[in-house]
Amino acid sequence: MYKILEKEVFSPIIKQFVIEAPKVAKSCKAGQFIILRINEEGERIPLTIADYDREKGTITIVFQEVGKSTTQLGQMEAGDTIKDFVGPLGEPSHIEKFDGPVVVVGGGVGVAPVHPIARSLKEAGNHVIGIIGARNGDLLFWEGKMREACSELLVTTDDGSYVRKGFVTDVLKEVIEKHGKENIPLVLAIGPQPMMRAVSNLTKEYDLKTIVSLNALMVDGTGMCGCCRVSVGGTTKFVCVDGPEFDAHAVDWLELGRRGGIFRQEEQQAMEHHQCKCGSGCGGAK
Amino acid sequence: MTDEKKPKKEIKPTKNPMPAQDPMERARNFNEVALGYSEATVIDEAKRCLQCKKEPCRQGCPVEVEIPSFIKLVAEGDFAGAIARIKNKNALPAVCGRVCPQEAQCEKYCTLGKKYEPVGIGRIERFCADWELAHGVKTPEVAPATGKKVAIVGSGPAGLTCAADLAKKGHKVTVFEALHVAGGVLMYGIPEFRLPKAVVQAEVQNLRNLGVEIDVNSVVGKFTTVDELMEDGGFDAVFIGTGAGLPYFMNIPGENSCGVYSANEFLTRTNLMKAYKFPDCDTPIKLGRKVAVLGGGNVAMDAARTALRLGAEESWIVYRRSHEELPARKEEAEHAEEEGVKFALLTSPVEIISNEDGWVTGMKCIKYELGEPDASGRRRPVAIEGSEYLMEVDTVVVAIGQGPNPLVPRTTKGLELTKKGNIVADPETGATSKPGVFAGGDVVTGAATVILAMGAGRTAANSIHEYLSNK
Ligand SMILES: Cc1cc2nc3c(=O)[nH]c(=O)nc-3n(C[C@H](O)[C@H](O)[C@H](O)COP(=O)(O)OP(=O)(O)OC[C@H]3O[C@@H](n4cnc5c(N)ncnc54)[C@H](O)[C@@H]3O)c2cc1C
Ligand SMILES: Cc1cc2nc3c(=O)[nH]c(=O)nc-3n(C[C@H](O)[C@H](O)[C@H](O)COP(=O)(O)OP(=O)(O)OC[C@H]3O[C@@H](n4cnc5c(N)ncnc54)[C@H](O)[C@@H]3O)c2cc1C
Ligand code: SF4
Ligand code: SF4
Ligand code: FES
Ligand SMILES: [Mg+2]
Repeated sequence: MYKILEKEVFSPIIKQFVIEAPKVAKSCKAGQFIILRINEEGERIPLTIADYDREKGTITIVFQEVGKSTTQLGQMEAGDTIKDFVGPLGEPSHIEKFDGPVVVVGGGVGVAPVHPIARSLKEAGNHVIGIIGARNGDLLFWEGKMREACSELLVTTDDGSYVRKGFVTDVLKEVIEKHGKENIPLVLAIGPQPMMRAVSNLTKEYDLKTIVSLNALMVDGTGMCGCCRVSVGGTTKFVCVDGPEFDAHAVDWLELGRRGGIFRQEEQQAMEHHQCKCGSGCGGAK
Repeated sequence: MTDEKKPKKEIKPTKNPMPAQDPMERARNFNEVALGYSEATVIDEAKRCLQCKKEPCRQGCPVEVEIPSFIKLVAEGDFAGAIARIKNKNALPAVCGRVCPQEAQCEKYCTLGKKYEPVGIGRIERFCADWELAHGVKTPEVAPATGKKVAIVGSGPAGLTCAADLAKKGHKVTVFEALHVAGGVLMYGIPEFRLPKAVVQAEVQNLRNLGVEIDVNSVVGKFTTVDELMEDGGFDAVFIGTGAGLPYFMNIPGENSCGVYSANEFLTRTNLMKAYKFPDCDTPIKLGRKVAVLGGGNVAMDAARTALRLGAEESWIVYRRSHEELPARKEEAEHAEEEGVKFALLTSPVEIISNEDGWVTGMKCIKYELGEPDASGRRRPVAIEGSEYLMEVDTVVVAIGQGPNPLVPRTTKGLELTKKGNIVADPETGATSKPGVFAGGDVVTGAATVILAMGAGRTAANSIHEYLSNK
């Protein structure tokens, strides 16, 4: 059993937990993820390690409620326990001292997973330009944490309700134009698939090396089931063990998107089943 | 006294049949197919045994279960005595009695089998194990603590057996398991209808009663490495029993289409994650009307039978060779056929076709004929030119085999591997190229059987005990 030590609510659908998991905290690195299972009936859901404290033995996760399991997770409170929590999984981000400014882009809930990578890159001596964005100001979180993790931080909202109006790709384009594409050794982007794809399309025009963290469907997360497979550069990779980070320009985005939607009908059914379980409007908390 | 001089005993030529669920009914539920003998039937079956002095049956059992003597006790109605006798050699009798390929092992060598049907050794073994589970399992004696610590990586039959034996010898044993439950393939692969998960968990509980600590949610190679376990973790020896869990694909076009599963994913969703109880359990599984399972082994049979239970209208085995060469156990193929699984033999897909949304709509297949025997002695399938045709299916399950998962081998210094990535271990001792590190089961042999994995776990336990005693 893994205890939720702290809960923070960033918006009605974005929440943060600090969870007691000393074994994971001891060895995890930026870019890795965990898989958790809420209870005995639960499915295994992957979430990126957004922060960790080796001394306290804790892992921070930030998640967006998109369906049954994440909604149920969001209904849990500090003091509650999660049945299973396994990690660190996946390969860590490749961290080195690059020649020139590195651009790190976080969109929506993707700000959380991008955070430890930005921090590690900066600790390795890089000049890290952070770009974070959300649909609106209310959905934006961790601006302060990101400001600390990056050398400079640029913030944008789709609707202009906070700082400025524009997509992260608009800001990225300005950064590339300002610094010159030949001076930027790496762009790293994490967020919803359409956002990562848009970043990928943009940087491809500039021929700028870009890494993305893929969120394929997963079951075990150890390379045993092959559910998470995706074509990268024409060969099949398992996102859970070969990734989750890949060269954005080599990813078969169409295939990834299609495979991510395999269970859409069932996911809807699960959500409906969850909400109406007791009929009291408890939202499925029982 | 020779057998001839015995008062002539009337021998029943056939095994007592195994009571089973009706095929048409069971093909739609996940309850166990074989229901097990009653007390009267098991005694009757035990009385068929001739008590041969040379014990040929024993030589067919990879762990040499004391077959004639446990059967004698059963015939006398002493089930407690019988199970104790079985457990001298076999740590997981409830499992082996159900899933051992007996026709190729103990029962193959049974004297009765020369003229009649062999004694139903597996069925009798299963009865004894179930009888014990129902009457409360006695925890065996544990030797005084030796102060030595052993880490077991993987909780399949190899790891569980190794752990049990070492714990009995007084060593402190910790099992690290990547998944959220212990049992390996017994939990995630072999379906509930062949091996109820409660039976496996009862065996796992016995292990806990011996004082073995089982750390689930622990992926070695990730949260720690084998080297770290020995250097910082204080473990004096390590046993690697991580199995053969890496699914192979055909590498044909269209294999990443929506609706194509590996057998591991298909069975894991169903067994481990209980997708057959969706939406009461959260993990979904999606099936079309017509399912094609590629491959002809036990795993393929399990997948094809599972597909029917999940509601497929048609479930097909698509296999390159003929019926005779099916690598699956005869009984499993028969069960599949009885339940309505269909066979497309001498057939293999060359491409998986999908619609504009990426969903499988069919397979381009090619027909084969049997040519000259190959190195394995089986006649080699040869593609018939121009025989391509379209097989309409909407779900494909790839069950063509598994290799060893590279997580542990890749992160362990100085571990000798084969070309296929299996760990090299001495079959006599389980010792690897790395001092203090032992290995056994599917990770060494490639995909094999439960009883062989157990045997390897036991062999390694003996060597580890010796290694620790001399250390
Ligand atoms: C490596 C990795 C890291 C991730 N990190 C984060 C994170 O830090 N924060 C966050 O909010 N989300 C993260 N996700 C996505 C998160 O796992 C899904 O949102 C979650 O599983 C949805 O579950 P659900 O039951 O609430 O939604 P559902 O309604 O079941 O699904 C909604 C959508 O989520 C995706 N999804 C569903 N099940 C899975 C699954 N088993 N594995 C992967 N994706 C699935 C599918 O695309 C699906 O259409 C990550 C995914 C991966 C693979
Ligand atoms: C569908 C199916 C049906 C089968 N049917 C039969 C049958 O009827 N009869 C029969 O005799 N045999 C059968 N087999 C074969 C048999 O199950 C295997 O030979 C046997 O389970 C091998 O045992 P093992 O202990 O070596 O490995 P496994 O049972 O594979 O167990 C390995 C365990 O190690 C864990 N692991 C892997 N990597 C790590 C890591 N890095 N850290 C921690 N843990 C890890 C895995 O999660 C797993 O739990 C079947 C196999 C399958 C897949
Ligand atoms: S363990 Fe398997 S092979 Fe040995 S006697 Fe039992 S059923 Fe037969
Ligand atoms: S060979 Fe058959 S008949 Fe003879 S002792 Fe063994 S089980 Fe009994
Ligand atoms: S999630 Fe099963 S192999 Fe990646
Ligand atoms: Mg879900």
